[in-house]
Amino acid sequence: MTKNPLRWAVHLSVVLFVLLWTLPTFGLLVTSFRDKDQIATSGWWTALGTSTQSGMFRAPQGAGEVEEAGHFTLTGSVFERTGGTVAAFGFNSKAPNAFKPGETADLGEGKALTVGRDGAFTLSGPESFSGKRGQRIFYTASVPARFTFDNYRAVLMAEGLGRSFLNSATVAIPSTIIPILIAAFAAYALSWMQFPGRALLIACVVGLLVVPLQMSLIPLLTLYNAAGQKFGFDPKSYIGIWLAHTGFGLPLAIYLLRNYMAGLPREIMESARVDGATDFQIFTRIVLPLSFPALASFAIFQFLWTWNDLLVALVFLGPQDDKLVLTGRLVNLLGSRGGDWEILAASAFVSIAVPILVFFALQKYLVRGLLAGSVK
Amino acid sequence: MEQLMAALVTIIIGIFAAVTWFWGANWCLDRLLPVRGTDAFRNGRNIARAGLIRPWLFLGPAILTLTLYLIYPAIASLWLSFHDKSGQAFVAAANYRWLLSDPGFRESILNNFLWLLVVPATSTFLGLLAAALTDRIVWGSVARSLIFMPMAISFVGAAVIWRFVYDYRAEGSDQIGLLNAIVTGFGGDPQAWIALPFWNNFFLMVILIWIQTGFAMVILSAALRGIPEETIEAAVLDGANGIQIFLRIMVPQIWGTIAVVWTTITITVLKVFDIVLAMTNGQWNSNVLANLMFDWMFRGGGDFGRGAAIAIVIMALVIPIMIWNIRHARTEKEGR
Repeated sequence: MTKNPLRWAVHLSVVLFVLLWTLPTFGLLVTSFRDKDQIATSGWWTALGTSTQSGMFRAPQGAGEVEEAGHFTLTGSVFERTGGTVAAFGFNSKAPNAFKPGETADLGEGKALTVGRDGAFTLSGPESFSGKRGQRIFYTASVPARFTFDNYRAVLMAEGLGRSFLNSATVAIPSTIIPILIAAFAAYALSWMQFPGRALLIACVVGLLVVPLQMSLIPLLTLYNAAGQKFGFDPKSYIGIWLAHTGFGLPLAIYLLRNYMAGLPREIMESARVDGATDFQIFTRIVLPLSFPALASFAIFQFLWTWNDLLVALVFLGPQDDKLVLTGRLVNLLGSRGGDWEILAASAFVSIAVPILVFFALQKYLVRGLLAGSVK
Repeated sequence: MEQLMAALVTIIIGIFAAVTWFWGANWCLDRLLPVRGTDAFRNGRNIARAGLIRPWLFLGPAILTLTLYLIYPAIASLWLSFHDKSGQAFVAAANYRWLLSDPGFRESILNNFLWLLVVPATSTFLGLLAAALTDRIVWGSVARSLIFMPMAISFVGAAVIWRFVYDYRAEGSDQIGLLNAIVTGFGGDPQAWIALPFWNNFFLMVILIWIQTGFAMVILSAALRGIPEETIEAAVLDGANGIQIFLRIMVPQIWGTIAVVWTTITITVLKVFDIVLAMTNGQWNSNVLANLMFDWMFRGGGDFGRGAAIAIVIMALVIPIMIWNIRHARTEKEGR
């Protein structure tokens, strides 16, 4: 009987855990689909309800006005995209809420303004409204929730995110495949070939696993610049970053693959050898296909890491606009559009969509790789 | 689009080159040291010689890449740290003396130590808690999957997500950041969290903890399941309650794994760069070593001597873990 409350406590704490770990992401996801005026005035958790919003509408300069015996009237709606209910309105910024809907505001010089509950306004006066600055109408209104893809459209087209998406893919795909090619052979040699210095090499790989990237940056940058100058190519090239990612990912690749290959049953290798197979044949026909799970684990790791990387891309590709990867673009937007959450939220989701998809589709391999990859 | 095509072409060329190298070198070796005919002595000698050379053909590209991208730069960084900003003139320990007197460096290393104290401990603890809790319930794997998800999000993406949580609007207007909405909901005053010196470090750490807890949970959860049933059954028979079993029987058996998780997160913390760059760029006393180094690499055309010196400091902090890892890997091998 005492078990029951305890079970509930466990369930509740896990619910709390999951909420804490998903709410921040979920909030930004909801935000990325909201109308930008609504984002700025109310929290995302109110997204489903109506929100109170203050706004300013500038009446057109006479377009659509009607003349009747020397009296001009201009009608329209203060709501451009959304519907809503006007709670108060005014005609200057000092008193934006001076009038209730339906009341008539005297603008002076014989002009009058009235705004209805549904946002319809009527502006009337003795002179034509054309040729003058449009009359400003301030209002406070409750606006129903509005969801839209506009934010995504805006970032993909105008903010250069589409371009960055391609750049990220260009960086990440070869950076994932090249190290696998190199590491697989090395891992086979380290697990199934006998030669002097093998233990030392394995120790080296384990040691290199933890060497911080920062150690490599400056010398490699100098090397790239020097080589670029000497042979006349751009030191900030995709080839340069592919090779850099390859170098940085190689210790983990060799380590993961070696651990896996060393665990394959010895009998298979030996019977193949007895049948006259060479090392090369054993590797390509037996070990490589059997090692698929380990190859997949590493590939996912490396893909997530290269797609999500910022430092290597900034150093080896540079901060120019046409070579920015998604993470670099996001950092730039944080600087230039710091308060425009509709832009930031949509951009963030463009950049994390691919890794999240990879994560949920291939989680099994990721977990397996993690378990094998942490030095036991 | 065309660069993506170029990337694909490069992949194909790369695969082709790799196959040519491995297959071609192997073929050459078989040609040069043939095993045929009846001369048993010569055949035996050739097999032995080929056996000596072949591993190095397999290892060649890997060793070359590791040397060029990790070993040579490590040595060069050490060398550069004793030279001036352009890397030409020898300045002995001047860069390190500068480090000791520089307030920016002092601030960064103190912050780094703060991160080192808080993040690995908190992530490991929360990871252990999450692992223990989710192992007990039916929907545990779904919960684990969701807690693990931030692992796939880039540090920059996570920074955007959390900057939104920490968003600050002037007092009086509606708060759109979750944290300030909660604080004002309880009657408190809204704060610009990431601009509060000292405390902002903790708000930045939350992001890394949020990411790393899933990693800790996944590894520790596997370790918990690897505990032999008998030990737990024996404890149950002796009348231990759930918490006692967990703390006295289960946790001691997975100390090794806890240490691994702890050190892995420690290394991540030492390299943390993206989060600080995206959240504060080191303003409001929140700088850390990796960001400071990036700053010096490019500030005013770059000071490579000082940048390298900071890199060496980061490396020096990693070395104890590196030695521990290598020793651990060795004893593990002998035990097998």
